[in-house]
Amino acid sequence: MRPALVALAVAVVAGWPFVVGPYLIRLASFACLYSVLALSWNFIGGLVGYPSFATAAFFGLGAYTGAIAQGHGVPMPAAWLAAAGLATMFATALGWAILRLRGHYFAVASLVVGEVLREVANAATGVTGGGMGLNLPILRLDVAVQARLFYGALAGLAAAALAVTLLVDRHRLGLGLRVIEQNEDAASMVGVDTTRYKTLAFVLSATFVGAAGAIYASWVNYIEPADVFDVLLSVKPIVMVLLGGAGTVLGPVVGAVVFLALEELVWRNFLSIHAGLLGLIIVVLVFVLPRGLLSLDLRALRRRHRPA
Amino acid sequence: MTLLLQVLANGLVLGGLYACIAAGFSLVWGVLNVINILHGSFIVLGAYVAFFAYVGLGLHPFLAVVPAGALLFGVGYLAQALVINRVVAAPALTTLILTFGLDLLLNNAMLIAFRADYRKITLAEPLGVLRLGGVFLPVDRLAAMALALLLTGGLYWLLRGSRVGRAIVAVRMDREAALLMGVDVPRTYAVTFGLGALMAGAAGSLLALIFPISPLAGTLYLGKAFVVCVLGGLGSVAGAIVGGLVLGVVESVAALLLGPEHAFTVSFALLIALLVLRPTGLLGRRGYE
Amino acid sequence: MTPRLELRRVARSFGGLQAVRQVSFSLAPGEVVGLIGPNGAGKTTLVNLVTGVYRPSSGAVFFDGRRIDGLPSHRIARLGVARTFQIVQPFPRLSVLDNVAAAALFAGGARDLAEARARAAQHLAFVGLAEAAGRPAAALTLAGRKRLELAKSLAMNPRLLLLDEVNAGLNPAELEVALGLIRRLAERGLTILIIEHLMKVVTTACARVVVLHHGELIADGRPADILRDSRVVEAYLGSRFARQPGAPR
Repeated sequence: MRPALVALAVAVVAGWPFVVGPYLIRLASFACLYSVLALSWNFIGGLVGYPSFATAAFFGLGAYTGAIAQGHGVPMPAAWLAAAGLATMFATALGWAILRLRGHYFAVASLVVGEVLREVANAATGVTGGGMGLNLPILRLDVAVQARLFYGALAGLAAAALAVTLLVDRHRLGLGLRVIEQNEDAASMVGVDTTRYKTLAFVLSATFVGAAGAIYASWVNYIEPADVFDVLLSVKPIVMVLLGGAGTVLGPVVGAVVFLALEELVWRNFLSIHAGLLGLIIVVLVFVLPRGLLSLDLRALRRRHRPA
Repeated sequence: MTLLLQVLANGLVLGGLYACIAAGFSLVWGVLNVINILHGSFIVLGAYVAFFAYVGLGLHPFLAVVPAGALLFGVGYLAQALVINRVVAAPALTTLILTFGLDLLLNNAMLIAFRADYRKITLAEPLGVLRLGGVFLPVDRLAAMALALLLTGGLYWLLRGSRVGRAIVAVRMDREAALLMGVDVPRTYAVTFGLGALMAGAAGSLLALIFPISPLAGTLYLGKAFVVCVLGGLGSVAGAIVGGLVLGVVESVAALLLGPEHAFTVSFALLIALLVLRPTGLLGRRGYE
Repeated sequence: MTPRLELRRVARSFGGLQAVRQVSFSLAPGEVVGLIGPNGAGKTTLVNLVTGVYRPSSGAVFFDGRRIDGLPSHRIARLGVARTFQIVQPFPRLSVLDNVAAAALFAGGARDLAEARARAAQHLAFVGLAEAAGRPAAALTLAGRKRLELAKSLAMNPRLLLLDEVNAGLNPAELEVALGLIRRLAERGLTILIIEHLMKVVTTACARVVVLHHGELIADGRPADILRDSRVVEAYLGSRFARQPGAPR
């Protein structure tokens, strides 16, 4: 990656909240949030190829951990760290239970975990406020400052997730995850500790998501189970990664940004059919762009259209 | 003692319906190796057919099973032949995402057409309640259960006794061998998917009398179908029946001990426990990955 | 001297089927031993038992005197046991070079990816695949994939190499090349167990042959003696041929 481009990107991301208005700051914050979710899913779904639908579970767990912690007076950043920590521990335990499953069974198990957690949150009214939701303590800060604060937190988290993605890609872990995806039995025959590596990938898919959930909770000040454990929180990151290119470093970010753009367009203009349009996007994606946007060889396309 | 019998009876009645809900889903999963996320919406669509048939034409929901099943068979057959067949050999993620996307489309369409409010069929002449030695059995539920089991049995008979059914079983056991023996595999896939949709539509028609209908209810039924499949094993009608009855009883007991809102959670917790401990199901048949 | 590999009364059943029954034999360091037997005799199961894919139902497996049955496959691989698969198992979307580099990195003791790739290039040169290094593994012919399997196994720096039907499906020219490779490996002092159907390989490359039939070890000796052994002939061709004096070639 050319250093000039990287420097430009950093400058844009860092300077953004100081030059644009509140709507665009909000939009950029969501771009960062979506990037975190997509990059996280990429570890277990894109690199290892295990179809995880557990993102909602990790997000909701992080959101409630952060919210409950803050409700007990824990300062915000500490609450966010606690959320990341809990998500990490939960993923380790869950991974031990379900990473031995493959394909459909793994997908179903990971999906159902989120559903169970949602129902638990609904039922444990004393701790979580149940279906009535949970309010978070309000920050005594200027609205504009808050907007920049949360944007900064999410951008920082996204940068961290991207950095880890890059590290994994260059490190032996990345190669190990790739060979597990291509042939799990042969992988262990050449010395890869498949259990350990899969668990690492699964945990990585949870840590940042947990933190994101907590930051989200602090940002919106009110959460309820149906919101933060929504199954769409598991599905959208998958669509984003498939859109951008699974298993690549920048694919998830590209996919997240493009997806957000599409979503905003649809939400503002076609509210009543936005779910259906998401469905349509998915169907088109599966048939037209199975390897994602980054797999498009633009030069080859241009060559085809040039006159002989 | 009577309470226990009542709980058991409730569970079995519910279980018969669950068996019907799940049989088609299990068949598609077992034969095509596709988890059909649309299944829940198919059930809801079947329920709407029954609802409008009753409100508009005065057709009894038990009779509406026929048009509902026929319509859904067509929908399922087309969906498979035109769209899903292209990804049948793809990894689990692709088929899950695709059927999820298709379900979003169908669900949104239903929300626009029928609105989200819950509808219920109330018969002009209610069927009353049967009393067997202290146990109360609402006749409408009992009749629905009987019909559900009859339908499921019909599917079983079709698979064993007809050419089309045997082709389906052959493809399920060994796709390559079936191909070599001249079975039209894509057409068999389409018929299987159509049958799955038919069962869903018929089940929905039966459910319309008992539970309120809305596009929002689809996920609930899909969840039940999942649990029944993991309980009973994939691709087998007998497994769906056993799984359905077990789930019905488990939920009934859970509703008694923990309250009806938690019965749902219990069945999901059971699902996870089973997946971790015994993914091949109670009947021990090897599932697909 | 401690045997490189020792099997002591190893047995394995699957449900009611006894795939391997009370098999005991050992390999001295540097030996090249052939493992033959009719189809279904349990040869690949035996290899799977040594490499940790299955646990023995009873008995024990020792590698350089250390008990290895029950250890996970990747641990056994790192201890120095490498095997090729009868049905080749490459990493299809990785380059040929990275296929071998992965083995060098995770089992062969390479410190990082760069070193692993350097070593991989050497192993590819040894098996004659150097010019294919950049291609995806899925693009190789069957003979190429077999050689890739071999290169991967060598990249693991093994002290014991289990070759499972590495020559099946090769034409005579390819077979000569493969035999040459095996001979050179033996000259380096590597301990090798070769599962084979082709008698030519067994008689030219192996100093000793072990015969498996219905999961049981029925003979253990020099190739010439084994081929004349009536039990071996009976196993392959039936009792009619075993009773005749002098075994068919």
